[in-house]
Amino acid sequence: MMKQWIVALAGGMLSLAASAGEYNLTVDRVQIDTGDFVKEGIGYNGASPGPVLRLKEGEDVTINVTNNLDEMTSIHWHGLILPYQQDGVPGISYAGIKPGETFTYQFPIVQAGTYWFHSHSGFQEPNGAYGAIVIEPKGREPFRYDRDYVVQLTDKHPHSGDRIMRNLKMSADYYNRQQQTVGDFFAEADEKGFVATLEDRLMWGDMRMMKADIEDVQGFTALINGKGPEQNWTGLFEPGERIRLRFINSSAMTYFDIRIPGLEMTVVQADGNNVQPVNVDEFRIGVAETYDVIVRIKDEKAYTIFAESMGRSGFGRATLAPKPGMTAAVPEMREAPLLTMADMAGHMDHGGMDHGGMDHGGADQSDMGKAIMDHGSMNHGDMAGMDHSAMSMSGGDASDPFYAAGSGLMPKAANGGKFLSYADLKAQNPLYEHREATREIEMRLTGNMERYEWSINGVKYEDADPVVLQYGERVRFKFVNETMMTHPMHLHGMWSILDVGEGKWNPVKHVISVSPATTVYMETEVDAPGQWAFHCHLSYHAASGMFRKIVVEGGPDSEVAERTQKGQQGGES
Amino acid sequence: MTRLTASLSAFSLAMATLVTPAMAQSDLAKKTQTAKSFWGVSAEKLEYRYSDADEELAVIEGGAFYGTDELKFHWLFAGEWEEAHNAWETLENQFVAQTPVSDFWDAKAGVRIDTPEGADRVYGVLGLTGLAPQWVEVDTNLYVSDEGDASIDLEAEYELLITNYWILSASLETLVALSEDREIGVGKGLNSTEVGLRLSYDLFERTFSPYVGVVHERKYSDTADLARDGGGSTEDWFAVIGARVMF
Repeated sequence: MMKQWIVALAGGMLSLAASAGEYNLTVDRVQIDTGDFVKEGIGYNGASPGPVLRLKEGEDVTINVTNNLDEMTSIHWHGLILPYQQDGVPGISYAGIKPGETFTYQFPIVQAGTYWFHSHSGFQEPNGAYGAIVIEPKGREPFRYDRDYVVQLTDKHPHSGDRIMRNLKMSADYYNRQQQTVGDFFAEADEKGFVATLEDRLMWGDMRMMKADIEDVQGFTALINGKGPEQNWTGLFEPGERIRLRFINSSAMTYFDIRIPGLEMTVVQADGNNVQPVNVDEFRIGVAETYDVIVRIKDEKAYTIFAESMGRSGFGRATLAPKPGMTAAVPEMREAPLLTMADMAGHMDHGGMDHGGMDHGGADQSDMGKAIMDHGSMNHGDMAGMDHSAMSMSGGDASDPFYAAGSGLMPKAANGGKFLSYADLKAQNPLYEHREATREIEMRLTGNMERYEWSINGVKYEDADPVVLQYGERVRFKFVNETMMTHPMHLHGMWSILDVGEGKWNPVKHVISVSPATTVYMETEVDAPGQWAFHCHLSYHAASGMFRKIVVEGGPDSEVAERTQKGQQGGES
Repeated sequence: MTRLTASLSAFSLAMATLVTPAMAQSDLAKKTQTAKSFWGVSAEKLEYRYSDADEELAVIEGGAFYGTDELKFHWLFAGEWEEAHNAWETLENQFVAQTPVSDFWDAKAGVRIDTPEGADRVYGVLGLTGLAPQWVEVDTNLYVSDEGDASIDLEAEYELLITNYWILSASLETLVALSEDREIGVGKGLNSTEVGLRLSYDLFERTFSPYVGVVHERKYSDTADLARDGGGSTEDWFAVIGARVMF
């Protein structure tokens, strides 16, 4: 039974590949059935999610993409290292793919791991245009598993991407149905006292900020491999097997907290790169990140893969089972978190200085958060060692250096066990020789929640000059999140080496999630000439301005890195 | 009606000339990777009012906008249809350009054309709209009419969330005239207040939210006298039923 299924799958793969290393994809209008609603969307080869592209490290791939839509399209190979003309961002890599046209991508596969692909045109990606990429390594992997599954998460919304963007611009809280109510006020007054509760509300009201501003777009159905919670995607196993689960968060806007009640997960890869294995009970996956975990299942029973959205407005559910049709209990979603003053550092400036005591408390806390992160930054040098032990908090501890101290978003494992922190991620094999960064570029993540405008250093993409990097340098990016939202920052074409204070063992990623009121550092070996995109991977944040063009000048192929506009050294001010 | 159509086409012409140059400057990536212009249509009030004096009114307040974060064009429409006279007691169209002046406030400027039953007026409008601390939505405007009369209106609204779907909104509208305009029943000083309390339910997302409520209208001093002279009332309580629409 299982074998037949595998044969069928392999057959499907063969038909996809016309010849070795050649793949065909069509971009189509499709129906997406979430179990809650049916919606027209965009997919690949007639389905959303599209096929899993199984590639091999070292092969040269040719991927023919035929656009069957009546509008322009594009495919971006998220996380893949390739020549910039193949990166698939209209206006930066190429012009895009016209209706009816077939564009042929050709590039060598120089990496292994779990990645994904998606449209970079308009809101096609939130509308369903995504698929998974699994790249088999050339050599042996440093971990064993008996079978693997892609677990691709998305947040399918009944509204189209254009509609969502428009509604957010009309009213930034359009989709927020977790705002604090009169009932919440009295419940809190019972607990903390009427005056304290009133003071708290007045303080937030004075700044016109909402504690419940965690998820911009609620009202989605979370899908796992295209199936809603009721449709229950199921991965089969035989007791005793080790199963590799390749989690990919292809959501437009939703962070998920993932657990499999009853099973410990061993995280072996983050964003396609091997990490030193960490056993966890739960982990948070930012938008566009990928995590590979291995679970070992001994019992002949079903387990639920439970993916709660960070703001607890929806959940994805799938099952691992020895036989089709078996299910396990589906946990209740936990209570929705609320932001705290610690998440508000950036708003102290315009919020007003006159709120007295409480505000100062908030500011102090967030400074503490920054202080902790600054330790991380100091560690990257040689003097590292000791600080790091103070930094990497062990499981069960409620603190995490990648959240502002006292943040309402601080994750906790449902079973009280270990929740993965960025601080736990250490590279298995460093990709690069560790060296001092040649310069630092500050990227303040900024925005105006009320107007639904998002920007970098206070400047929206449409008004910004490109950031110019020189081939061969090692740039240290300093992300300062001045907003109350979490931003998954994605640099195309080059790796993002996340500073967790581990020097050459710092993990290598393609998306760096930056929590409210924190400062996070990443470094990039500027080894890819050309023009690249850099943006927040929340679709509607990127579309409303949290986006930059990066130009890499010089390099072996210097003619490709033409400077289109004069940018300043060190990024825009 | 012809006047309205003419204004609308002038409005769209103005829009086209103002928006096009900005679009032409942006490169392809800025066009394909970001969403720049937006539009929306909404009606804050679409209601039937029944007064304690058996007066029946249909009231509409709404508008449409098109534009960017930096510059939006609004068409605002407000009217009161009086059942007994089969006529628009008030009917105004505003065409304004709106631009942010701070994190929470927008300035606007444009024209307002009043064409109710009776004398018409055209006004120049300068306004400020935005969100005051404690989530109070405020809209205030200075009008100068073609007769040279100036007036100021102020609207404030606060929404109390009973639940995330049941919303109680309190509103206050007031008009102060800096000079008298007898022909349209405007006296000098505080003219009128309208206080409303409406309980709505978001029935179909935020697109359609029916409500019930009460509205209290009052006219003051000279304006009240003018109303009395014209046989109208100076203070009314209304029961209202209607819907908020946004798409």
